[in-house]
Amino acid sequence: MGREIKNLKKRNAAERRFKIFGVASTAFALAFLAILFVAIFSKASGAFWRTEIALEINQNEDYRQAIKDGLRQRFPEAKTIAEINSLYQLVSKASNLEAKEQSGKQQIWISASSKSDMFFKHQNSSALNENQLLWLSDLKEKNEIRKVVNWKFFEFADSREPEIAGVGAGLVGSFLVMLIFLIFAFPIAVMCAFYLEEFAPKNRLTDIIEISINNLAAIPSIIYGLLGLTVYLQFMHLPRSSSLVGGMTLFMLVLPVIIIATRNTIRSIPSSIRDAGAALGASQMQVMLHHLLPLSMPGIMTGTILAVSRALGETAPLLMIGMVAFIADIPQGFTDPTTVLPVQIYLWSDSPEIGFMEKTSAAILLLLTFLILFNLVAIILRKKFEKKW
Amino acid sequence: MNLRLRRKIESAGVLVLSITAGIGILITIAVTVSILFEAMRFFDLVNPLDFLFGTSWNPQMAMTAEQEVGSSSFGSVPVFLGTLLITLVAMTVAVPLGIMGAINLSFYSKAKTRDYLKPILEVLAGVPTVVYGYFAVIFVAPFFKYFFASFGIEVASESALAAGFVMGIMIIPFVLSLTDDALNSVPQVLKDGALALGSTKSEMIKKVVLPAATPSIVGALILAISRAVGETMIVVMAAGLIAKLTFNPLDSVTTATAQIVTLLVGDQEFNSPKTLAAFALALTLFVVTFIFNIVALAVIKNYKKKYG
Repeated sequence: MGREIKNLKKRNAAERRFKIFGVASTAFALAFLAILFVAIFSKASGAFWRTEIALEINQNEDYRQAIKDGLRQRFPEAKTIAEINSLYQLVSKASNLEAKEQSGKQQIWISASSKSDMFFKHQNSSALNENQLLWLSDLKEKNEIRKVVNWKFFEFADSREPEIAGVGAGLVGSFLVMLIFLIFAFPIAVMCAFYLEEFAPKNRLTDIIEISINNLAAIPSIIYGLLGLTVYLQFMHLPRSSSLVGGMTLFMLVLPVIIIATRNTIRSIPSSIRDAGAALGASQMQVMLHHLLPLSMPGIMTGTILAVSRALGETAPLLMIGMVAFIADIPQGFTDPTTVLPVQIYLWSDSPEIGFMEKTSAAILLLLTFLILFNLVAIILRKKFEKKW
Repeated sequence: MNLRLRRKIESAGVLVLSITAGIGILITIAVTVSILFEAMRFFDLVNPLDFLFGTSWNPQMAMTAEQEVGSSSFGSVPVFLGTLLITLVAMTVAVPLGIMGAINLSFYSKAKTRDYLKPILEVLAGVPTVVYGYFAVIFVAPFFKYFFASFGIEVASESALAAGFVMGIMIIPFVLSLTDDALNSVPQVLKDGALALGSTKSEMIKKVVLPAATPSIVGALILAISRAVGETMIVVMAAGLIAKLTFNPLDSVTTATAQIVTLLVGDQEFNSPKTLAAFALALTLFVVTFIFNIVALAVIKNYKKKYG
């Protein structure tokens, strides 16, 4: 008897260990998600704020000169060329545009340079010299700086100057690319899925189609980039790094995913629906259009949304078709050079200036917000319309 | 409506549908042909044996094709060794955590927790790889460097360990959800039978469920490997660019995907072996992942037939 009890204790201990290991591994995955979000988002908030400096200027046609004069009037102690240069570095190089917008006023507010911005936001003075520190502290004391919401981050395209670089071009680009691949992929994928499930004869060819579609869903995305490079750019000579080419490349990536999701939904519809339709004299096509399609629509939408959210996060295939260019203008059409949000993140993450670090994090925050929203909609759709047949 | 006309229209409709089904094949053919064609041009310039078995990878920038071949070397062994190393690190992280997580979700957690956890893990699966790459660069790599430095071990700032670790985390949800499917498709009778004979839950899982689900789990793991091999952004950002013949995870290595990106990004001359080499790498990558996928899908399909 004693041996059995001892044995049972051992077995129960093994059971507990096993369970703890299981819980721990789930906890680890979740903890990692938490760390990822905290590590990135804690740096993101800075990008949504911008520091502005007040300056008295004399109206002048040449705004750049007017700002320089204004700065030297404000800080007459800057005498040597080096001192004057470091004085000019306090404000953004693009501040002349802001001065132009506020023309007619005596006192204008212009963006601080990234260096001064970092100083006010994070007390990071590593990039500043002693004089600059002194001047900035003086501005702060006299309340000649202010913090404003950085709408430019959403409106502007990329820039060499971190303080005015924004995700505008990336947002527009991502939207254009999505438009292209959805227009092509959605109808084709749905039609293809219905053909394979409802009409296709069971033969060799159908098997090959099935295998190739399943395989397309699993090959590395960078391969599609190479295909885009050779077929669209080299062979068809479509414009490099345009949203048209980007969309056509992601189309191939999205297509098999939507096909597979649609097929799974169609398969889950019981055959009694088809039989009832046929018994009432409806043709196969009528059963499909009047019953199967509406019944499978929620499932198709869920699959499509998930496919879209995956494609919107893709970077590698787009790098292959030349979307690494520096895009300083918001794209106006499908053939303009474009960047997309994830590519913008990649480009900024490579920049050495610390000003770009918060931009990268903020862009990631933006991208993840979109993707999580997409996922949420998909989950809600699935929950709401899920049918247990 | 006229019945005959309706039939005609409908058969035209079916024809249209069947054409769309052909697009899947068309894309497969386009992928194969375009990569094969460029890779062939590469193998005209470089001996395929040198590519497959050479141990030095050093593609040089050059103006013309002739000037190129002498000064640079295209032995892909170090590149694929790096790919293998990073994949190995990733799988070491993802396999135990993914499988144990799935067991926990399927057998131990309450239905309500499960309902919350699954969407959260789906979020983890939906995070773009560029985000994981950035995370590896700003957080994981410095962490490993600092951690090992406290033991006096030096770690390269672009180590295979950091890139592989983050890649493993990326694959966890993938392994987890496929394993979860596999565990759930083991018939309830088998589970009940084991419990009725007096086994504890973990004994039931270890001795009945896992052996029954093994083929399907193996299929899932092959798919996961294929994904790790083809993963690009994490290695482009967090792994190195110089090909080294090493199997030390603390060292910096490069991978096939990272090399493809570095060779092809930017303006390039299309006739130089340097750019064509990317297609040779891609061809190898394509063939390897293709075989993996086919095998994995066949294994899973067979298994489903068994327990249907």
